[in-house]
Amino acid sequence: MNDIAHLIQLLTVLLLAVFVGFEVISKVPTTLHTPLMSATNAIHGIVFIGAIMVVGNLFAGSPSPMLQIISVAALTLGAINVFGGFAVTERMLQMFKKKEGPRS
Amino acid sequence: MTLALSIANLVAVALFIYGLHQLNSPPTARAGNQLAMVGMAIALISSLIQTQGIGWWAILVGVILGGTIGIVAALRVKMTAMPQMVALYNGAGGAAAAAISTLEFFLLASGNGENAVVSVSLVLSAIIGCLSFAGSIIAFLKLQELMTGRPITYPGQQIVNALILLAILGLAGWFVATLGTMPVLAFLGLLVCSLLLGILFVLPIGGADMPVVISLLNSFTGLAVAVTGFEINSTLLIICGALVGASGTLLTVMMGKAMNRPLTNVLFGAFGSGGGSEPAAGSGGPQQIRSASADDVAIMLAYASKVIFVPGYGMAVAQAQHSVKALADQLEKRGVNVLYAIHPVAGRMPGHMNVLLAESNVPYEQLLDMEDANPEFPTTDVALVIGANDVTNPAARNVTSSPIYGMPILDVDKAANVIVLKRSMRSGFAGIDNPLYEMPNTSMLFGDAKASVDALTSAVKAL
Repeated sequence: MNDIAHLIQLLTVLLLAVFVGFEVISKVPTTLHTPLMSATNAIHGIVFIGAIMVVGNLFAGSPSPMLQIISVAALTLGAINVFGGFAVTERMLQMFKKKEGPRS
Repeated sequence: MTLALSIANLVAVALFIYGLHQLNSPPTARAGNQLAMVGMAIALISSLIQTQGIGWWAILVGVILGGTIGIVAALRVKMTAMPQMVALYNGAGGAAAAAISTLEFFLLASGNGENAVVSVSLVLSAIIGCLSFAGSIIAFLKLQELMTGRPITYPGQQIVNALILLAILGLAGWFVATLGTMPVLAFLGLLVCSLLLGILFVLPIGGADMPVVISLLNSFTGLAVAVTGFEINSTLLIICGALVGASGTLLTVMMGKAMNRPLTNVLFGAFGSGGGSEPAAGSGGPQQIRSASADDVAIMLAYASKVIFVPGYGMAVAQAQHSVKALADQLEKRGVNVLYAIHPVAGRMPGHMNVLLAESNVPYEQLLDMEDANPEFPTTDVALVIGANDVTNPAARNVTSSPIYGMPILDVDKAANVIVLKRSMRSGFAGIDNPLYEMPNTSMLFGDAKASVDALTSAVKAL
């Protein structure tokens, strides 16, 4: 029973986040769709934190070398998303300029 | 301790959502991205503190390796290669989710099974993560032209895919029924089948449909991350995954609408596989094509009052965005009003053309989307089509037999004069004749897009 209550709670969070996502993203103009995609790449880099949590559980015991390799792979892939996603989005967004003269 | 973690996660989520909200206009977008970065930093640091140093070396290796690869790639990548880059990032996210599920599987196997929620979400995140990873790699290979951009089809393709899907569902059912204590080999089989399906479902999709595929894979990765959140009981992952999933889904739907084709047709239609077996009607005689010289076109442009540039994937291939801007500068110097009309599926990902033009310093106010651009064409003196084809094809409006009939297009043919920059008379990606080229107000300027634009710029300068 408790499990089900907890599941419902998580599903509620999911549902609300989906609605907020649609609402917020639908306001993004087409001109920014490429930076939007790379920004979402960075945000799904949150799997990095998921990897940290799992690695914490795993390394509390003594994982086999294979599991250690998979752990490092998961962490590396997550980190690529976080750092790469934000960096490339930043690089793109600083190119979007207003009309105003040749400089600024 | 856990209270502090919850508060940190709450702040992070708020910053992510507000950051995405700030992307609603170019002037605030950068601040939005930076807010999201702060959110990520807060979430990261608090979760690191939570680990109390367990597995620190693995985390350190991950940060150094992933951070270096990510940042170097982000700084080095050419703007024209952005679609490949995003495809790779989608793939990395999917692979990470699948790897987490694999780790959890072994954790469970060493224990005594888990409850149904964890089993279901574990297996889902493994499947979707693998699909997204393998699909993204194929999309990357196609975009990077390491393999053909043409759809790859073979007889019985859908049946093979359906069989693999059945195998995946069967193994997944087994996994859930045993609460995650199935043999290791069966779990590996599940991963392999999912990877295979990811490869096979992107193979028959052609290059021009890549905006849809990339958006779809983006939403898959978001979904995989959200499901991983259920697996490891993290609302942070659920929320972030849901945001990304919503974004990817929304873009997928928009791209489908912009091509007037349902998603099933994009995924299973093998569009542009060169079904050119039916040459368009009237193909008997030679086409009535006028080709113009750069000097003629330059005069036309220089004495126009309004010119609209219509960029397409050809501009990206020729790396012509800086030349285009140079030509626009010359024209503006002469008092010509220059605008850019951008079709939603021009290029290989949503917003691809906009980023290229922003890179060459075109102010974003001059970039018009289809709804804003189309009313401008009737009062335009010259529409200059640079490496775009199908998105300007008037057949989409009135030729019911055309494969692109019903697709919303840019009404370039309504402009007083149309100049088409084109490498040769080869038909566009979809292999469809473009009646635009035979219209009396159209002239063709043949050659590489960059070379042609440069020639125009120097001709305008010389006037």
